[in-house]
Amino acid sequence: MERVPILKIGDILLVSIQVDMSDQTAVALQEDLAERIVATGCHGVIIDITALDIVDSFVGRMLSTIASISRVLDAETVVVGMRPAVAITLVELGLSLNGIRTALNVERGMELIAAERADQGDDEFDYGPDTELTASP
Amino acid sequence: MALNADESGRLVDVLSRHVDRITRRWAEVVAAQLRGRLSQAELIRQGQELHRALLDALGKGAVDLTSEEATELRAVLAEFSRGQARQGFSATETATGVFALKDALLTVLDSDQSEGTLRDYVGFSALVDQMGLFTFETYVRTRESLIADQAEQLLELSTPVVKLWEGVVAVPLVGTLDSARAQVVMERLLQTLVDTGSPYAIIDITGVPAVDTQVAQHILKTVVAARLMGADCIISGIRPQIAQTIVALGIEFGDIATKASLADALRHVLRLTGVETGRRQSRREA
Repeated sequence: MERVPILKIGDILLVSIQVDMSDQTAVALQEDLAERIVATGCHGVIIDITALDIVDSFVGRMLSTIASISRVLDAETVVVGMRPAVAITLVELGLSLNGIRTALNVERGMELIAAERADQGDDEFDYGPDTELTASP
Repeated sequence: MALNADESGRLVDVLSRHVDRITRRWAEVVAAQLRGRLSQAELIRQGQELHRALLDALGKGAVDLTSEEATELRAVLAEFSRGQARQGFSATETATGVFALKDALLTVLDSDQSEGTLRDYVGFSALVDQMGLFTFETYVRTRESLIADQAEQLLELSTPVVKLWEGVVAVPLVGTLDSARAQVVMERLLQTLVDTGSPYAIIDITGVPAVDTQVAQHILKTVVAARLMGADCIISGIRPQIAQTIVALGIEFGDIATKASLADALRHVLRLTGVETGRRQSRREA
């Protein structure tokens, strides 16, 4: 089974899905991501689906679940790079992916998360993950 | 079968003996219909061509318009009919162009009363009827293809996506929004969002004559799709009557921003992106 790599950039975890999502891959990604959020204490998750041609209802629900899990762990999830065809299909299917934030590309996704954190105003402008880790018990 | 071999032979004889009279008479009848929209010379030329093709077909032994020998005659008729359709002549005028052949032949036969003329004429008349129907079919086909072409061009022309500002694109919708057009608009808008990386899109419906539930549905779908991709849509150009219709129909735009004019929408977006606009400053000074 293929695993989707999770990259850590500063305070953000970047998940770039480059393979066709099978159900197992999706479930594995959910578990891996939850573990990584806890381990790194990151406050943002960016899921890049530029390479995905097909987003079915299962993958749609996986994205929703990941967003919910991340929110519980105090991390903001942004789905970036959805293709027009995928967006149209999702709308036609009636899946509007409620509760998921979206951005056009990774760069804008990072801006969005930074803006979000600045709005919330906790831990000032210090996003260092190390200080996060030591601060938490 | 329209003609037998004998009739056909006699007809060829008559047609070839009175080329000028037939052509002239034909031109006269058609000219009366067209009321000067085609020049006499042009008509004579058409008449000669028709006459020549007919004579040719009959000469080869064609007894029917569908027969092999009449291939060229059919081509000439089709060409004639297409020309008429493209120049905007009516169906009646086009058909008359063929039926005038009967009239033309009748004048020739009047001066030449002999046994069997009536039978010949009836046979010829049946052939001309076939030609008329064929012409009419070609005419309708030409018109249909014209309409199809125009509809396609309209689809291409009327859905531009323009860049208004850095990161802001607009779609000025003009004309009725049916499913096919809505699909084209949606695809083009979303593709432009990806290509330009614009996080804001303004859908301007000033040029949409009426908004019903279906049109609203199309617009809403586009907005939701754009949101899924991470772009925000603003709907602008809502005229007073349209606003009333929307409320009367109970269409919910939810949390989608709607503005009265394109200028308002642009100002709204610029404010969101943090660009100071002139009017706000002047207001502050006042």
